Amino acid sequence: MFKLHYKLERRAIGLTLAIIAAASIGGIVEIAPLFTIDQTVEAAPDMRVYTPLELAGRNIYMREGCYACHSQMIRTLRDEVDRYGPYSLAVESKYDHPMLWGSKRTGPDIARLGGKYSDEWHVRHLINPRDVVPVSIMPAYGWLMDNALRTDDLSGQLAAQRAVGVPYTDEMIANAGADVYGQANPDSAAAAGVTSRYGEATTVRLFDGDPQRVTEMDALVAYLQILGKLTDAASQDTAAVETQ
Amino acid sequence: MLSKLTKGEREGGLIILLAMTVIGLVIAIAGRGDPISAHGFLIMLFSMAVAVPVMRHLFDPEPSRDRLDSYYDDPSKVGVVLTFAWGAFAMFVGDWVAWLLVEPNLTFSGAWSSFGRLRPVHTTGVIFGFGGNGLIATSFYVMQRTCRARLPDQLSPWFVLIGYNLFCLLAVSGYMLGITQSKEYAEPEWYADLWLVVVWIVYFVLYLRTLSRRQEPHIYVANWYYMAFIVVVAMLHIVNNLAVPVSLFGAKSHSLFAGVQDALTEWWYGHNAVAFFLTSGFLGMMYYYLPVRAGRPIFSYRMSIISFWGITFMYMWVGSHHLHYTALPQWVQTLGMTFSLVLLVPSWGSAANALLTLNGAWHKVRDDATLRFMMVAAVFYGLTTFEGSFMAIRSVNSLSHYTDWTVGHVHAGALGWVAMITFGALYASIPWLWKRERMYSPALVELHFWLALAGTAVYVFAMWNSGIIQGLMWRTYTENGNLAYTFIDSLVAMKPYYIARAIGGLLFLLGALAGCLNLFLTIRLAPGEAEAERAGSGPAYGRPSAAALQAGE
Repeated sequence: MFKLHYKLERRAIGLTLAIIAAASIGGIVEIAPLFTIDQTVEAAPDMRVYTPLELAGRNIYMREGCYACHSQMIRTLRDEVDRYGPYSLAVESKYDHPMLWGSKRTGPDIARLGGKYSDEWHVRHLINPRDVVPVSIMPAYGWLMDNALRTDDLSGQLAAQRAVGVPYTDEMIANAGADVYGQANPDSAAAAGVTSRYGEATTVRLFDGDPQRVTEMDALVAYLQILGKLTDAASQDTAAVETQ
Repeated sequence: MLSKLTKGEREGGLIILLAMTVIGLVIAIAGRGDPISAHGFLIMLFSMAVAVPVMRHLFDPEPSRDRLDSYYDDPSKVGVVLTFAWGAFAMFVGDWVAWLLVEPNLTFSGAWSSFGRLRPVHTTGVIFGFGGNGLIATSFYVMQRTCRARLPDQLSPWFVLIGYNLFCLLAVSGYMLGITQSKEYAEPEWYADLWLVVVWIVYFVLYLRTLSRRQEPHIYVANWYYMAFIVVVAMLHIVNNLAVPVSLFGAKSHSLFAGVQDALTEWWYGHNAVAFFLTSGFLGMMYYYLPVRAGRPIFSYRMSIISFWGITFMYMWVGSHHLHYTALPQWVQTLGMTFSLVLLVPSWGSAANALLTLNGAWHKVRDDATLRFMMVAAVFYGLTTFEGSFMAIRSVNSLSHYTDWTVGHVHAGALGWVAMITFGALYASIPWLWKRERMYSPALVELHFWLALAGTAVYVFAMWNSGIIQGLMWRTYTENGNLAYTFIDSLVAMKPYYIARAIGGLLFLLGALAGCLNLFLTIRLAPGEAEAERAGSGPAYGRPSAAALQAGE
């Protein structure tokens, strides 16, 4: 073996190829089967895609680096299920390009945050977390309320999502701009289009309380309120862990 | 410095810079209304700033042929300065975000300065700015010496160094502008990623060309590691960053992978960024500078071989230990844990090889802070890899994951291993590069060493404490079967440790600033050395002993 190496280390190309070969195996064996083995991602027929407003909120979540302190992955451990709710299933992040499972909980896990607090709570909390949680160390995100949401690129965002595998229809892509407005303005004519395209259960609300315009706050709160609610698959699955 | 380039190289460089200026302008105009526009302007201004000195020297006479008799070290010199600059900047931001976790209002009201945007500035600045520049600067230095061959041309090393720093600038400024794809340690968007691929290919080809010119029959072990660093980081970078951009002149892209597949790809990348960027590359550094500085040959050639191939093969399997108890299929978690445990063998092989090399030179470790940096780095490398294998065990991970313990572990590696070996290698290189007898102030090196060691110790102990307390509080039940603590309870309990951590980071930062000062003083004031270093016949301490150079036993 050392004799062989004595020869190998005299050849730059041979050494390089050997490095590539040795380093390729692990990734191929572990990652490739995740795309081919069917059980990797559970079936969830009720799973819906993000609305344009929620997707825009998700982009803001990424932009502000929220994932650095909040996980969205409840592990299959008793205390996590007791604290945060049913453990996360792979299917729940099936349309997450990229996933936001996170790796650190400086703040709590928020995989099941949707519906836990009111919109008003979220708005106050994001403007200044210490107004509602005095000992919080979360940053204040005042500019979300000031910034109008950018909507001119949303059709393009949905089209790019479709290119990587999310089943957005042509109609969803074409109406992305109108749907953003409709979801944040329940009294507007555009609101009906949102529920017809994304389902009756879609939350159509005045998320930031301001009917004048659609802000980044609208988008982020809409996203936070959908966390854990794209499918019911996880709550149907909890019986398994509770008997353990 | 620029008159050493041939006329053709100067012209080639200028053409590239002008092309970059035009590309930047096109992006700035076509992308208006999108954050990418700001990056167009950045590319344009950066290219113009580099082009100015090139133009000033464009009509200088052709350099004399005796430049070919000595190694080409100018890019290494600039790389060393950039390493210190990025280190000081990124460590400052690191300590700033550490204080933000103590007092969240210690920042400006602008979005650019919020924790979530600054934190990747810190990680990217340290890993890619500080670490990457250190690796590029030392790799140019080491490959020429160990091949006994000059770099094949003088333009491509500059392209690699300057192009790489443009990537770092795009990355760091992007986060503050809100441009990120949010994949941890791979946050830059698609166009910055593509640019890095171009830079990296030039780097790879440069390395191969230098190796092909070598006058040593064998490729020295340091070059195996640098090679693995270059090749495998390219593989990881390309696969993990596959994405579909929203438009050609828009910053945003959507990752090709989703959910569980994306999670494993991300941590396959993430953990191997640790392996091939922060381990392999720096082991290359260690395998050259430690034996040279100690004046001892590497303890065991066979241990080098086993460690190298063990690390290259096994690290690629272990990323899944970041995903224990998640929605990732358990067979992958188990494979990751198993390989993580076996990985301890080649890791400790490298650490032991380094420490045993010091046998017979321990008196130098005592007297020479530069060598002591490298010795402590090897110790921390051993400690951190042990801790890493331990934390990869599923049941340990159930406690440690999501807590500050991980942060402590990472910093034991980043401060104790990566930064220490880098500072050791840089303090060894600086006098050799600038032809000085020694660093201007050995006392400042000594001060830096103790600040760095104290800072690391305070940091790591603080995070061990907070991480384990956090993990225990989250899983503690009362007698009635209810969770004993709210999340907020655990957050309040962290405060003293977050303060201690920020102080530890501050000590480390102060050490790095002492290093910057010493670098400046050495370049400006330290006494020079009479004889110029010639290719293949450098000063005695700058040249590896024959035993260290020869790969054979």
